[in-house]
Amino acid sequence: MPGWLLALLPVVAIVGVLIVTLRRVRAAESSAELEPASPGDRSQDEDGNGRRTFLKLLTIGAAGAVPATFLPAMFQSTSPRVRAAQGPARGPGGRIRQWMMIIDLRHCDGCQSQGTPPQCTTACIEGHLAPEPMEWIQVFEQELSGGGTQFIPTPCLQCQNPPCVNVCPVGATFSTAEGTVLIDQKRCIGCRICMAACPYDRRFFNWGDPPVPPEALLADYSPDHQVPASKGTVMKCDMCPDMARAGTLPYCAQACPNNAIYYGDLEEDIATNGQDVITVSSFLSGNHAYLLKEHLGTKPRVWYVPGHGEAVGRDQHSEGRQATTWPWVRRVEGARTWSR
Amino acid sequence: MESVTDYRRRLEEATVRPALVTSRGYWILIGGLLAVMAWGVYAWLHQVDDGLIVTGMRDRIAWGLYVSVFVFFIGISHAGTLISAILRVAHAGWRAPITRIAEFITVVALVCGASMILVDMGRPDRLWHVLVHGRWQSPILWDVIAISTYLTASLVYLYMPMVPDLALFRDRLAGRVGRWRARLYEVLAIGWQGRPEQRKPLVRSISIMMILIIPIAVSVHTVVSWIFGMTLRVGWNTTIFGMLFVAGAIFSGIATLIIVMAVLRRTYHLEEYITEKHFVNLGYLLAAFTLIMMYINASEYLTTGFKLEEGEEFLFRELFLGKFSTLYWFYFFGGLALPGLIILFKKTRTIAGVVVAAVLVDVAMFAERYFIVVSGQRVPLMPYEPFDYFPSWVEWSIFAAGVAFFVLFIAVFVKVFPIMAVWEIVEEREEAGEIGPDVATVPAGAGS
Repeated sequence: MPGWLLALLPVVAIVGVLIVTLRRVRAAESSAELEPASPGDRSQDEDGNGRRTFLKLLTIGAAGAVPATFLPAMFQSTSPRVRAAQGPARGPGGRIRQWMMIIDLRHCDGCQSQGTPPQCTTACIEGHLAPEPMEWIQVFEQELSGGGTQFIPTPCLQCQNPPCVNVCPVGATFSTAEGTVLIDQKRCIGCRICMAACPYDRRFFNWGDPPVPPEALLADYSPDHQVPASKGTVMKCDMCPDMARAGTLPYCAQACPNNAIYYGDLEEDIATNGQDVITVSSFLSGNHAYLLKEHLGTKPRVWYVPGHGEAVGRDQHSEGRQATTWPWVRRVEGARTWSR
Repeated sequence: MESVTDYRRRLEEATVRPALVTSRGYWILIGGLLAVMAWGVYAWLHQVDDGLIVTGMRDRIAWGLYVSVFVFFIGISHAGTLISAILRVAHAGWRAPITRIAEFITVVALVCGASMILVDMGRPDRLWHVLVHGRWQSPILWDVIAISTYLTASLVYLYMPMVPDLALFRDRLAGRVGRWRARLYEVLAIGWQGRPEQRKPLVRSISIMMILIIPIAVSVHTVVSWIFGMTLRVGWNTTIFGMLFVAGAIFSGIATLIIVMAVLRRTYHLEEYITEKHFVNLGYLLAAFTLIMMYINASEYLTTGFKLEEGEEFLFRELFLGKFSTLYWFYFFGGLALPGLIILFKKTRTIAGVVVAAVLVDVAMFAERYFIVVSGQRVPLMPYEPFDYFPSWVEWSIFAAGVAFFVLFIAVFVKVFPIMAVWEIVEEREEAGEIGPDVATVPAGAGS
């Protein structure tokens, strides 16, 4: 039984007042013909009756509504979500992995040197069969304080105080033991309050029937990879937990030609970009890593190392980047997409 | 001085008349409303089929007209509470002839508002998930809880004071209406004979409900505002939202009541009961609320504008100079300043003047709901171009259907149920000494 229904007790009380009143009014009608005694006596009698009925009703209501099973339910999630059968990923000593990311902006040139759209975004779309126009990891171009621009690849930041999870009415989006935030598209009701709540614009809605390639329909759905997409539900970067369990890096980290994206485990204090293995704590402190909009208190699990692609020879004054393409969308017959 | 019996007879006649006399214009109105609603249903089916892609909303402005209409309708539902509960508590006797209309508006507006949320859902087929998986920590659940409580309380509060009037309908309309309708009145009147033993429990329960409904009503629009106030968005992330929304709700509730009152008064010739005094008194309330709204607006915009935190400057430019400036200044001058002035001057403080002010207030409050909902999402969260939202034909159609539903509901209500609380009016007039006791008649049953 969902615990929130307990909050509807006032409704029971109001209906109780109504029922008691109606019964008393009715009782006064029928008794009128039987005993035309002095009105004062009867009304007192009626009074006592009504109060007793009212108390009785209240007791029944309270007894029915507050069984002991109710209260604990109020403080925990209700029924199990659609989730992969295995438990959280564990590191040495059986400690649960705490997935995290470091994005080294010194190495990110928005793939301008490649002459391609950002490879992290493209690989993510292809790997997740994400519907157009979603860019779960999106490369924003932002002005620098002294002029020129920098590129900021932005996945879901996997907040530890996630505004989206806090507002979800049905627990469709939830925090995992691995410190990530996932969405169960089979539970999502499409109210979009999580999109209103996310301060990073990292949530995407299936406004229409999502254009998905045929192979997506073969996938076994799980919040871990969100395939296939379905109309009227919200999606976002899931931090590729199934990839991590299989021992590979997320699509974005794999695809980055400059190895700017590190993926790792906060618990084991280790991360890798596919080439180097780093100690997370000393890397973060030693490189002045920062969080996006840290003052909001959302406690993201994605850190940034400040820069503008200087380590890979980008001049911050070179502007623009190529729009991301959806590699598979051409294969879908009659797909109808939308703009963001 | 007119006797109670004479007065009562005339009043009963006026109350019963709408249920018996139906003009051709009424059927034309009903036909027109049904046509608009049918069009709205067509638009909605189109939306169910294709998804919300048929709206103007997209990821960066993910809430639009539907949510604004929701907020607006839930707002005007506060009409009933104010008139029949707050004024009843304050012993404002003049309220008696308009309480019923106010309570109609409350119930109808709540139903209309709640249906807008269903329309806005991406997956209306999963509504039952709220019941099964609902999290009480979510502001949406607070709304579900508050609105269902308020709707129940409003229905009960509409019904209980109506029992004596339903008995009147039962007695006066016997044989003059269809069998089913007669049966309806008989069931709903629960054997009311007007005996003191019946009166006592009823009056007491009405008193309980009138106290109970005030905090419920306040909580409703407070938690509606918290749908926005619980986010980190510039323009929404403010503690004043609860107060702003509750004040705005009562404000637009009074305005709607004035409009509905004026229409019913003219249609059913209730000039004797709903007088200029009612319009002027409600006008004073309206004027008071223009000042309250201005005060809350000043508090909000001054405290944020003085500091101009990140994003605020963009929002201020959008509101006062940019995309929403027309709406904003219409709201400020047309919806707050002008109605206030209309009521301030004795020359314009007439029935017509107050109705004009009320129409202005309602339109302006709708504009306010809209720019609050949309401008809060227009502030870019990341370095991207702000999104341009404009409602699509589907959204406008469903909005029109919502308004038509509201009018239709009221139109049917006034045909089926007593539009004035006869017993309350008589009581109030008697207390005020405007009608005297019957000299000739002997109280019923006194002879036995």
